[in-house]
Amino acid sequence: MVSRLTRGERELAIGILVLLGFLGLAMTAAGGDGPLGIHGLVVIACAVGTTFVVIAGLFATEPGDDRLSRYYDDPSKVGIVLAIVWGVVGMFVGDWVAWLLAYPEMTFDAAWASFGRLRPVHTTGVIFGFGGNALIATSFHVMQRTCRARLPDQISPWFVLLGYNLFCILAVSGYLMGLTQSKEYAEPEWYADIWLVVVWTAYFLLYLRTLARRQEPHIYVANWYYLAFILVVAILHIVNNLAVPVSLGHAKSYSLFAGVQDAMTQWWYGHNAVAFFLTAGFLGMLYYYLPKRAGRPIFSYRLSIVSFWGITFFYIWVGSHHLHYTALPHWVQTLGMTFSVMLLVPSWASAANALLTLNGAWHKVRDDAALRFMMVAAVFYGLSTFEGSFLAIRPVNSLSHYTDWTVGHVHAGALGWVAFITFGSIYAVVPRLWRCREMYSARLVEVHFWLALAGTVIYVFAMWNSGIIQGLMWRTYNESGTLTYSFIDSLVAMHPYYIARAVGGLFFLSGAVVALYNVWKTARLAAGEQTEAAGDTPVAAPAAAGSLQAGE
Amino acid sequence: MEIDHGMLVAFAKSFGLFYLIAFSVAVLVYAFRPSNRSRFERAAHSILDDEAGPWR
Repeated sequence: MVSRLTRGERELAIGILVLLGFLGLAMTAAGGDGPLGIHGLVVIACAVGTTFVVIAGLFATEPGDDRLSRYYDDPSKVGIVLAIVWGVVGMFVGDWVAWLLAYPEMTFDAAWASFGRLRPVHTTGVIFGFGGNALIATSFHVMQRTCRARLPDQISPWFVLLGYNLFCILAVSGYLMGLTQSKEYAEPEWYADIWLVVVWTAYFLLYLRTLARRQEPHIYVANWYYLAFILVVAILHIVNNLAVPVSLGHAKSYSLFAGVQDAMTQWWYGHNAVAFFLTAGFLGMLYYYLPKRAGRPIFSYRLSIVSFWGITFFYIWVGSHHLHYTALPHWVQTLGMTFSVMLLVPSWASAANALLTLNGAWHKVRDDAALRFMMVAAVFYGLSTFEGSFLAIRPVNSLSHYTDWTVGHVHAGALGWVAFITFGSIYAVVPRLWRCREMYSARLVEVHFWLALAGTVIYVFAMWNSGIIQGLMWRTYNESGTLTYSFIDSLVAMHPYYIARAVGGLFFLSGAVVALYNVWKTARLAAGEQTEAAGDTPVAAPAAAGSLQAGE
Repeated sequence: MEIDHGMLVAFAKSFGLFYLIAFSVAVLVYAFRPSNRSRFERAAHSILDDEAGPWR
């Protein structure tokens, strides 16, 4: 990896890492024994560790100019592996907390192992660790291919990828220490948030710089989705995390907003995290990898444009449906509900566009598990967007809110849509990144597909049953007008479903472990083949850098 | 001028309505304009063969 950087880039990398190390030192000095001080040590450890890696390759032979005639895929490779590792960790913790709900005594009397601390480790691990790394890695791959342009430099993609992972590490280790802003999907404290803003700005600029180098007159639609994801997540993140720290030497901060305004800001952020992190970015994956893998252009390019603007402009309004029957003004709730229902149109347009693209390629869906992952993702995307619009209707929400139905809905989307499109894209992109014909084992991809599908179906059905029973028990009155069931009664009723859910999660987790093994073996095998090939053939004269390639 | 509920509703029902309608029309015109057909066709097919390497 380091040997592909020029000498100047290696020195620049060390410079940035030294700066980061000093930043960590300042945090340790200011934070003392508190969580901020410990996080300072984490930053120093990451900076020093990465510096060692760079120094180890500092004097390696420099790459020739022929590197410029190929796309720069090293950050994508590392990002894909990081994504799956985070996926396995995040899903493991997810299944752990699922068992914890069925058997609450499993906390070993340790504070860090309590449900309240482990749950955000799960959500951050899977959404930001797994999803975020997969988005960054695939976006680097897609933007270069669709623009026919190499990344503008070789340092900023590493800064984005590794800086983002530092954010994830700070987030997760903070939760275990009991550090949280208590905002869903925005738990990390102020200094981690500021760091993410720096990283994200670099990401946004990197994307724009690559687009500026493009040769194609029209920007392919997948880039629109990726760019919407980057831009809107930046806005959401900054606004929702506006907070005042206790002091510069203290990890804790207090939100700039109070009361229902704070709740509204949080759920404007929270639902748009679903919209622009978990939907727009992954639709970018779908619009590139699905047609590519099927070998057919997208069914209707026009429809993809119309649904892009529909999704971006409707989603931004729907957050208030999380606050039905609260202190939030009624008309704001109605606004969120109305836009949620309207959102079904562009969502189904995207799902239909994906499925109609497969028309004429169904034999490939049958034979190719990677494409089947993407097909099932499109189906679950259609299902969970329908369910979401339905649950946002106020009277339906009165039954579903605060119950496991919501949890089931989220996982229909997160497992069935987000994870399926991610795994499908990973299986499509890994052989291309490592330049080998196919994955190490097609059979293991098949095994993963069925484990993931079985896990998702078990999970979602368990939570539908549990949630509706729970909702009905909470609203059943007896003849004297009091509640028929106590809260504990509903807990007892949910117990079997909680076990079923944890079993479903275990299926899904085992699938992810299989994926990790398969990707690792593919990478090792490809690396072995390439060293062999390099030893066999004489060094060919590189094509003149910057010359146009055939077939453009 | 005080920003209150009545003012926001009036703004949303006047400017908001027409702004969103105009925006939707603009998107539809862009997507369905016959002169854009060829560039969309080209874009849709462009991804199927993109491993030749970067042009710069």
